[in-house]
Amino acid sequence: MAKTLAERFRSAFVVEDRWKLYFEGLGNTLLMSFFAVLIGIVFGILLAVILYTNKRTGKLKILSFLSNLYVTVIRGTPVVLQLFIMYFLVLVSVKSGILVGSVTFGLNSAAYVSEVARAGLESVDEGQMEAGRALGLSYTKTMVKIILPQAIRNMIPALFNEFIALVKETSVAGYVGIIDLGKIPGIIQSRTFDYLFPLLFASLLYLAVVCLLTVVEKYLEKKFSKGDRKLVYKKRFGGKKKCATH
Amino acid sequence: MCNTLTHEKEPLIKTVDLCKSFGESLVLDHISASIYEGEKVVIIGPSGSGKSTFLRCLNMLETPTEGSVFFEGEELTHASNLDGHRKKMGMVFQHFNLFPHLTVLKNITLAAVDARLHANRKQKAKLSKKQIVAEENEKAMTLLRRIGLENKANAYPATLSGGQKQRVAIVRSLAMDPKVMLFDEPTSALDPEMVGEVLSLMKELADEGMTMIVVTHEMRFARNVSTRVLFMNEGKIEEDGTPQQIFDAPQSPALQSFLSKVL
Ligand SMILES: Nc1ncnc2c1ncn2[C@@H]1O[C@H](COP(=O)(O)OP(=O)(O)OP(=O)(O)O)[C@@H](O)[C@H]1O
Ligand SMILES: [Mg+2]
Repeated sequence: MAKTLAERFRSAFVVEDRWKLYFEGLGNTLLMSFFAVLIGIVFGILLAVILYTNKRTGKLKILSFLSNLYVTVIRGTPVVLQLFIMYFLVLVSVKSGILVGSVTFGLNSAAYVSEVARAGLESVDEGQMEAGRALGLSYTKTMVKIILPQAIRNMIPALFNEFIALVKETSVAGYVGIIDLGKIPGIIQSRTFDYLFPLLFASLLYLAVVCLLTVVEKYLEKKFSKGDRKLVYKKRFGGKKKCATH
Repeated sequence: MCNTLTHEKEPLIKTVDLCKSFGESLVLDHISASIYEGEKVVIIGPSGSGKSTFLRCLNMLETPTEGSVFFEGEELTHASNLDGHRKKMGMVFQHFNLFPHLTVLKNITLAAVDARLHANRKQKAKLSKKQIVAEENEKAMTLLRRIGLENKANAYPATLSGGQKQRVAIVRSLAMDPKVMLFDEPTSALDPEMVGEVLSLMKELADEGMTMIVVTHEMRFARNVSTRVLFMNEGKIEEDGTPQQIFDAPQSPALQSFLSKVL
């Protein structure tokens, strides 16, 4: 005898307060993604600056060799295996799965961010570094105050692509017992023998997170595009706003 | 023959056997030259003769392969405080190289504030960062008023015309109170109607006694403003004299043929 949709809905959300499970999972996914993005940005940009500096000045030979090696290894192996390696071999003593997940996904993301950031750095005109140095600013100061702000502006779309992929990728965390959003439908199905609403709702929540990220992206793009020629053109001539798609 | 008095002083900038190669090609070939305080030196020469490379070696944007560059008597190739020396050598580029993500005002004050903070750290009577920023902003506004662009202080460079950009770039260097200004074809990227405003600002600086080294194809500027003209050819300074000597009595065939093309 087939259950009505209303019954299926009830067992997916209402019975035993199951709706809370989705939000618990969402919380864990967000927590992991947030720290992973943070680690990814900081470490990824650091790698990119090392590689860029080596290319432009010939300095930092050893560091840049190590950075290259790191990027190659991370990009050349599946993230699930990286997660296993961290969980079962490297960070065995760490009790919090969320922490292991954050670190693993962050270190993984850094490799991809470094490629994006390097392209961003290289898109900045060489004259900018020269102008900064000619004014007596140190290499580091010029990098931080002049090159990076322009590079970041150029890399925001690609960076957010990476973050959106990352949020969804954290769903493999279920393999090592982390109760993230991707794991929830399975848990609920094992009690109700019904996947329909659990899968729909979990997907909906992922979608909401990604949409939220897109809103942040648009905001940052606007914020960083101060002085952008295209924007100036828009302001001056009131041209139609073109949606940045990628 | 000119400036015999000042020549008894130490030169402000001196190169000794300066060489620069890119790979196999020798772009600067044992250049020894002295530039004294107050001189307005114009460098002319055919394309590819090494003018830009020479200028860029003076503040170490290019590292010489051989020889030395002295600034105020100090060797720059081994200077521990290269950034400190660079603060005293303004440089103006063909393509302006303003910082597009910063307002005009911030373009002018960024390095100046940084320099002041740096100096401040070494002094006892400490000024707050706020005070320094306020002072530098005031100074930048004075410079902007001087070039008639005070209303552009909070604009971004993309909203300026080429001539305005280059004049902002010049005052950006002036904000550092440099001892010498290096110009690399400052008007070459400008529309013809904007060349005049930049050249007249440069002439003003010259009249105020600023030491200047200018690579340019503007022969009228060279003749009217400079105290000395260097003719570069194939990585060497082939002739070095007053504008009258260079333009009215060129010696070498290379200079004669160059002048016949550009005049
Ligand atoms: N970074 C570089 N790498 C390789 N070769 C270079 C580099 N910079 C300059 N050169 C070469 O050095 C030579 C001299 O260049 P430089 O720019 O100093 O000439 P220039 O006199 O300023 O010419 P122009 O009037 O065209 O600006 C040229 O042949 C140029 O191709
Ligand atoms: Mg040149």
